[in-house]
Amino acid sequence: MATAKRAPKEEVVGDVPVDYRTIDRVTGPLLFVREIERAAYGEMVEVALPNGERRLGQVLDSRKGLAIVQVFGPTMGMNVTATTVKFLGEVATLPVSDQMLGRVFNGLGEPRDGGPKIVSDRRLEIVGNAMNPYSREEPSEFIQTGLSNIDVMNTLVRGQKLPIFSGAGLPHNLLAAQIVRQAKLRNSSDSFAVIFAAMGITSEEANFFLKEFESTGALERTVVFMNLSSDPSAERIITPRMALTTAEYLAYEKDMHILVVMTDMTNYCEALREVAAAREEVPGRRGYPGYMYTDLATLYERAGKIHGRKGSITQLPILTMPADDITHPIPDLTGYITEGQIVASRELQRRGVYPPIDVLTSLSRLMNQGIGKGRTREDHRGVADQLYASYATGKDQRALSAIVGEEALTATDRIYLRIAERFENEFVNQRPDEDRSIDESLAIAWGILSELPESELKRIKPEYIRQYYRPKPPAA
Amino acid sequence: MGVVARVSGPVVDAEGLTGAKMYDVVRVGELGLVGEIIRLVGDQCTVQVYEDTTGLRPGDKVENTGQALSVELGPGLLTSIYDGIQRPLEVLKRNLGDFITRGFVAAPLDEKKVWAFTATAKVGDEVTPGAVLGTVQETPLILHKIMVPPGVRGTLAALASGSYTIRDPIGSVTTADGPRPLGLTQKWVVRIPRPVQQKLAPTIPLITGQRVIDTFFPVAKGGTAAIPGPFGSGKTVTQQQLAKWADSDVVVYVGCGERGNEMTEVLATFPNLQDPKSGRPLMERTILIANTSNMPVAAREASVYTGITIAEYYRDMGYDVALMADSTSRWAEAMREISGRLEEMPGEEGYPAYLGRRVAEFYERAGRVVTLSPDARTGSVTVVGAVSPPGGDFSEPVSQNTLRVTRVFWALDAALASRRHFPSINWLNSYSLYAADLDGWYRQQIAPDWMALRQKAVQTLQQEAELQEIVQLVGVDALPEREKAVLDVARMLREDYLQQSAYDDIDTYTSIGKQYRMLRAILSFGEKEQEAVGRGATVQQVQKLAVRERLSRMKSISESEYVAAFDRLELEMGEAVAALGGSA
Repeated sequence: MATAKRAPKEEVVGDVPVDYRTIDRVTGPLLFVREIERAAYGEMVEVALPNGERRLGQVLDSRKGLAIVQVFGPTMGMNVTATTVKFLGEVATLPVSDQMLGRVFNGLGEPRDGGPKIVSDRRLEIVGNAMNPYSREEPSEFIQTGLSNIDVMNTLVRGQKLPIFSGAGLPHNLLAAQIVRQAKLRNSSDSFAVIFAAMGITSEEANFFLKEFESTGALERTVVFMNLSSDPSAERIITPRMALTTAEYLAYEKDMHILVVMTDMTNYCEALREVAAAREEVPGRRGYPGYMYTDLATLYERAGKIHGRKGSITQLPILTMPADDITHPIPDLTGYITEGQIVASRELQRRGVYPPIDVLTSLSRLMNQGIGKGRTREDHRGVADQLYASYATGKDQRALSAIVGEEALTATDRIYLRIAERFENEFVNQRPDEDRSIDESLAIAWGILSELPESELKRIKPEYIRQYYRPKPPAA
Repeated sequence: MGVVARVSGPVVDAEGLTGAKMYDVVRVGELGLVGEIIRLVGDQCTVQVYEDTTGLRPGDKVENTGQALSVELGPGLLTSIYDGIQRPLEVLKRNLGDFITRGFVAAPLDEKKVWAFTATAKVGDEVTPGAVLGTVQETPLILHKIMVPPGVRGTLAALASGSYTIRDPIGSVTTADGPRPLGLTQKWVVRIPRPVQQKLAPTIPLITGQRVIDTFFPVAKGGTAAIPGPFGSGKTVTQQQLAKWADSDVVVYVGCGERGNEMTEVLATFPNLQDPKSGRPLMERTILIANTSNMPVAAREASVYTGITIAEYYRDMGYDVALMADSTSRWAEAMREISGRLEEMPGEEGYPAYLGRRVAEFYERAGRVVTLSPDARTGSVTVVGAVSPPGGDFSEPVSQNTLRVTRVFWALDAALASRRHFPSINWLNSYSLYAADLDGWYRQQIAPDWMALRQKAVQTLQQEAELQEIVQLVGVDALPEREKAVLDVARMLREDYLQQSAYDDIDTYTSIGKQYRMLRAILSFGEKEQEAVGRGATVQQVQKLAVRERLSRMKSISESEYVAAFDRLELEMGEAVAALGGSA
């Protein structure tokens, strides 16, 4: 069907793709290809440069006589006379196999570690179909990260998507690496793998993660997709989809439990904005495209579990909030899709607390399903609620005492003030190599709550108070 | 038959569809993707496609079905779980596997299931729209009334009780235009409200068992309410609590562009939930519509219309229906996304200029009505819409347009949520314009002093807010005992009344009778505390009373024994506080 009218390089024979030399405009990462009659929406293309280089691209808009192609790579060196475009007749796919474990790929899924290409007759479309909500299984298995503040206060469960909202200069990478290293299920020996998708991070950050995976022996069970800041930004739109397609294959066909770490989602969104701007689309908030929510949802919603299948996909996306602003469109839209968020706090960082996770703004929406008797411990919910409330009160008292002085506080208020201090220094604070069990974390929590008189423990059921509450003898 | 001229995401231009009408449903491409015509320019029409358009090419065929997007209404709706365009997710799973692939058409209702139909009308009867022909016991909880569709009137020529599938004729009616077969189902176009005879004033509250709602910010049956709140403020939990506990007959829950795992939680918990009145599974009176955020955006736009049309259908049978839409912001964003693809001139923040009109039209479909029927049945649709304002900023267009048309505002507050005060409905910012309309009902059904108690509680909380400002400056010790006592009562109201745990077996639902007793107990304790303070007692002394501790645990008194328990509590409370301060 397709006939290129101007200087085709190859004749049309059956389904053999045709080369088009009809580019009439190049803007940013976009090519406008004329005279193409029937390009499919989402079809992959191969762009051949005058110097012989080849780059991949994808059709973003197709009409009679025009296709708008987004190039995954720099458009430098492309021209309108000698560059040819070949429409490949298929949408983007990725060959998948369990040989991918232990390998490092670039953002387009090509080997970056000098190893061989992945050969497999299993090719999956990288734009996954939506999971039928009816097929989903409710995530309910507690993942112990060894971090008290996450395990007790914002519990992570298998199949959840829980992003880390961070800011420039905060130790989110250290935190992510610690979670990857320590995350485990209690009493389980299921096979477990990590998929790491890097989008626009610096080579220093990339090296940190690679070294971390190598030194802990985690690399053999890790698949890395790496798009560095120096790599083309349009490629970043593909990278997380490559990672998630691999994750789905390993989880649902190979019965593995996958933890997907995606960093930095802010760079992904910027790439999305860049393409939208080049297409001259009507911009939404702060110039980000109006469909960013839907686009992000097609990534995040690929976390989960399916009835009757063994594997699972848990996501830990990392994003840096511009100017620590949680209302910025990227964290905002992310928070509306993900099941909670772990928020890093500059204030805690300044107080020298690691990990600087602000428990008041953090949340895990699937926590309730993963905790309690048989999962963590029967008193978990009450302890977490009581600790939240007490810390919030303590922080209020801290603000108040800054104005009126600590002497003006009542005795009860001073207890809360002390609880806030102890909570930050003993409970939240831990070493980057400290792996606390949930029982250890809960013991620290009870130690702090025992500062309070029993009548203040309104969130905890009386039977648990009897079992765990050990108040200090009243000080003289 | 036409062809595709352009593909750009979910929006497809087609040409050659002569005679196409606005909102006609079309099938696009070899796969037959479902779409809807949303713009006509000469021979060209723009189609929003309800499925992923990857792989579509210019030149692919486009077929016009000639019909507008409609839903099929009949027995089998209850217990169903649909996507945004009424495809049953269970059938999709059976046929397609765990992931939804494209171009699959599924009948919304089970075509093979045989229903026992009991005719109540007789051959020879003159029938008009809404007349009941007979009944089908759809689930043990709901008797499905088979009605004459709107627009059909005439003499009943045939009708017989018996066992039918939804595809069998159950009888026929002789109309002015000739005979017309009758079946168990009818179709209705989702974008057009089903007709009613008359709208009634809202005078009956929808009892939800949630104290802060029933006591402070009640919604009427047939009313509209908005729950705006930033993420993580407990919007979804509040919606689910309403779906579980509100005293409506039928619940339609629209998960519009929300999280898959959250929808799964609904799907997993609802079938295990018991209807508090009958003990039967709640699903037997529930219809779920799940269009998660990663499912096609155009179907998300349609999902709220699908939901409200089904709600109106059960209203027409004479039922009280509650519709929860979570979240209408996602619906508005779907409109924005499609409007952007159409390259329409944007209004505020990129939303289309018709956003306000669409929001108002949607909420206007709520109401307590006299249905279009010869026996003038009444029924109601109550709409509760969640709004997710970006960054928690209520000044954005979706929140503002919603607030202009809804009469109840439950302001969820992130600050409350972060200290685990749930439901995190802010008692100072929220309002209900139904409170006055419902006053009569509360007086009659609960207690003559209900309104007075409510007023007193509101005042106390307001007073607390003012006192807190002073405390911020000078510290609590600087306040006189009288005002400390006010703070003390306000704290009891907040912690022991307004806070309610959705996860506690007893606390999750409080009957209106128990609500009244709880509120009365706190406020009368407050009065006695003031008296004791007047006699010279200190607030600290009052706080140390054992009865005060018991008062703070009154949430856990079960529904079956609360009357006696509160009688006892009030008595002891009076004695204990009366003993304070007198001799000093």
